[in-house]
Amino acid sequence: MRHICLHFQIHQPFMLRTYRFFDIGLDHYYYDDFSNKSNIFQVAKDSYIPMNKLLLETIKKQKNKFKVSFSISGSALEQFELYTPEVIESFQELAQTGKVEFTAQPYSHSLVSIKSEEEFTKQVQRHSDKIQELFGTKPSVFHNTHFIYSNYIGELILNMGYKGVIAEGAKHILGWKSPNFMYCNANNPKLKILLRNYKLSDDIALRFSQKTWDQWPLTSKKITEWINQFPKDEEIINLCMDYETFGVYQTKSSGIFDFMKDLPKTIIADTDFSFSTPSDIIKKAQPVSVLSVPNNTSNADEERDLSAWLGNNLQLEAFNALYKNIELIHTVSDSEIIQDWYRLQSSDNFYNMSTKFFADGGSPLKRNPYSTPYEAFINFMNIVGDFNERVKKAPKIIEEAQLSPQEINEAIAKHTAALEQLVELKKKKKK
Amino acid sequence: MKVLMFGWEFPPHISGGLGTACYGLTRAMAQQDLEIIFIVPRTWGDEETELMDVVGANHVPVSVRKYIFNEEAVSSETNIQYVEIDSNIIPYVTTEEYYNIINKRSSSSKQLQKYYQTEQSDTIDFEGGYGTNLIKEVADYAYVAREIAQKFEFDIIHSHDWLTYDAGIAAKEVSKKPLVIHVHATEFDRSGMHVNQVVYDIERRGMHGADAVITVSNLTRSTVIKHYGIDESKITTVYNGVDNVQLSTPREFVKNTDDKIVTFLGRITFQKGPEYFIEAAAKVLQRKKNVKFVMAGSGDMLEKMMWRASELGISENFYFTGFLRGDDVIHMLSISDVYVMPSVSEPFGISPLEAMRSNVPVIISKQSGVSEILKHAIKIDFWDVDSMADAIYGIVSYQGLDSMFKTFVKSEVDSIKWDSAAIKVKQIYQETLSKA
Repeated sequence: MRHICLHFQIHQPFMLRTYRFFDIGLDHYYYDDFSNKSNIFQVAKDSYIPMNKLLLETIKKQKNKFKVSFSISGSALEQFELYTPEVIESFQELAQTGKVEFTAQPYSHSLVSIKSEEEFTKQVQRHSDKIQELFGTKPSVFHNTHFIYSNYIGELILNMGYKGVIAEGAKHILGWKSPNFMYCNANNPKLKILLRNYKLSDDIALRFSQKTWDQWPLTSKKITEWINQFPKDEEIINLCMDYETFGVYQTKSSGIFDFMKDLPKTIIADTDFSFSTPSDIIKKAQPVSVLSVPNNTSNADEERDLSAWLGNNLQLEAFNALYKNIELIHTVSDSEIIQDWYRLQSSDNFYNMSTKFFADGGSPLKRNPYSTPYEAFINFMNIVGDFNERVKKAPKIIEEAQLSPQEINEAIAKHTAALEQLVELKKKKKK
Repeated sequence: MKVLMFGWEFPPHISGGLGTACYGLTRAMAQQDLEIIFIVPRTWGDEETELMDVVGANHVPVSVRKYIFNEEAVSSETNIQYVEIDSNIIPYVTTEEYYNIINKRSSSSKQLQKYYQTEQSDTIDFEGGYGTNLIKEVADYAYVAREIAQKFEFDIIHSHDWLTYDAGIAAKEVSKKPLVIHVHATEFDRSGMHVNQVVYDIERRGMHGADAVITVSNLTRSTVIKHYGIDESKITTVYNGVDNVQLSTPREFVKNTDDKIVTFLGRITFQKGPEYFIEAAAKVLQRKKNVKFVMAGSGDMLEKMMWRASELGISENFYFTGFLRGDDVIHMLSISDVYVMPSVSEPFGISPLEAMRSNVPVIISKQSGVSEILKHAIKIDFWDVDSMADAIYGIVSYQGLDSMFKTFVKSEVDSIKWDSAAIKVKQIYQETLSKA
């Protein structure tokens, strides 16, 4: 049986507001609500809502023959809940068809997998909980931020109970091998690896409306022809794309929605591939060999490494400044601090400090609110300065855990008295 | 190709950006097989007089000599004729200032000093005897230009800034050769909204009379289009270059304090935005005490700035050096940790490039031409004191910034060469000549 898997990524970071050094210690709100809200509104209107509708119709029309999977970051989900609950509802509707799978990732699209095993595990768990809460299913396949993967990360994922991972089919890890097979982890073969076919995925995501491309215009018929030319033993095609491909990167006027309406029909009719979700494939297919990835890979740029986020001194300093109190943060219970901790870890905050755009003009698909990496860095460092101060001052769980029963009673009495006084004060003020 | 160029002083009498730009451009042009007859107004008193040659019906003394560039890169065969004309034309001052300088020189030597400290020369001699009105000087200069144009052979005329536009036009009328006007600044940059109508008219006349206009940035280009009504197709932007550090006595400068030093260096005038620098300094000092701010330079707003610093209570960390010259400039830059150029209007702005040459991170206003070509600089609006303060705080507080700038700043500034400017100017000559 041959499988084709449509896997869509959605991530929206909490963009940071302009935060001056003189705000440090005085103002603890870090987000640009206006930009975040208008961004989510726009993308929901142009992409998520119409595309979800299209997929739902296709699922209904094709009965059991059409399936898709999603990887949605926690910060995207949070913003949908805040600004566009109708987007959550339409994903729930998709989930109820039973033809849609959700994969797990670090909650806030962070780079934590290369920094701390403990924190990585926490964030993946938090994301998994969020998915279960909203869509009623527990993810069984993992998809790291920007497809970051290595043998070691694979092992961590397996230890968390995931059976499979989606990684980038980068040339430098594959060599002569094809991405159209299932592989397994080099340290522990129990973890199955699915690889993104970046050629075919980018044909749609990047080149669909590029008139200078020799294959323009791209039609579902053309894709079907290409797929039929694949050697018969190549049995898996993973098309992994940002969901914003549909309606944002490729605008409605480019015909992308018509193309996506047509594609499932044509593939089902004219090829021997059937639509599957990642966990279907992992259950049904057999790995052909071990794939060893000693160094971290990603789907970014030509290099497919981490240099887009951690390639220069600014990024490294910012990264270290954010993670330097990681042990301490694990003892903090203040929910606002924890929330900020996740939001600040978003990989976008480091991507904005990249100097790589200077050379290649930057990816047209990525939004960067800053005109230079230096501004992005200063703003982020000011915020981290304030954040770290709060972490230091925040009450620690450990301190309280060390209290004796009598001390706990005393503390309760003390706080109750203070509370009563405040209530009294409030009553007086009202009068 | 032979060029008749109306320009500004060469070393040793470099008095500011315009002279530096003329020198750098001419030297690079000499390497592009261009012959140059370089005409300069001679306001100094200490030039050699042996070479003096008298030409012209009105007995204007003119000295003609060969200028030899020191650098080996320029072959000694290169023919640059350096022609000096006695004239009281002085760049960088407004007509009002000029009037003050020439007329009140006996009564207010103090004021004189103030202006002339800004001009990096204490050898200026005002005993020219050609009248006390700058506008009249410009007209006289044009008259001389007419004489010169008859005396020399050339293919094209090139005039630098408004004081020489009329000279260029006069030379064009006599010789029927095409005229290229080089706009280093406009009256709008120098005077803000208080534009001197006479100067504006001269500028407008020059730009309209020219066959091609060169601007030092797209910022200036748009001013020329918008305020002077010049056809876009006639105007080309040619960015300035920057030369290597020229220390008269090579040495290392040592910083004697652990405090961070933040520097403003330039004329203390409306155009350079010194007041925004002071306001930003006050904001930084509220949070960080181990920072010293230096305002180096002199100008008509100096006293006001000193009052403002003490009003804000930051005088303890805010220093005024007065006018710096020669090696002192390089000294000041090399011990700086941040260089700020908050100019309200800066057609190009070569000073941040000089700071970068000394490995100093720079914060520049978006209202400067140089911000169009620099990548490794923090760019802010001149009025945005909060952003400016934040950028200063960031550079003195976060180490990563410093090391990033150290990595990129020097190599970026080294890539901004006069050679590419000279090549572009030559192209403009060729295009202009082919149209004529």
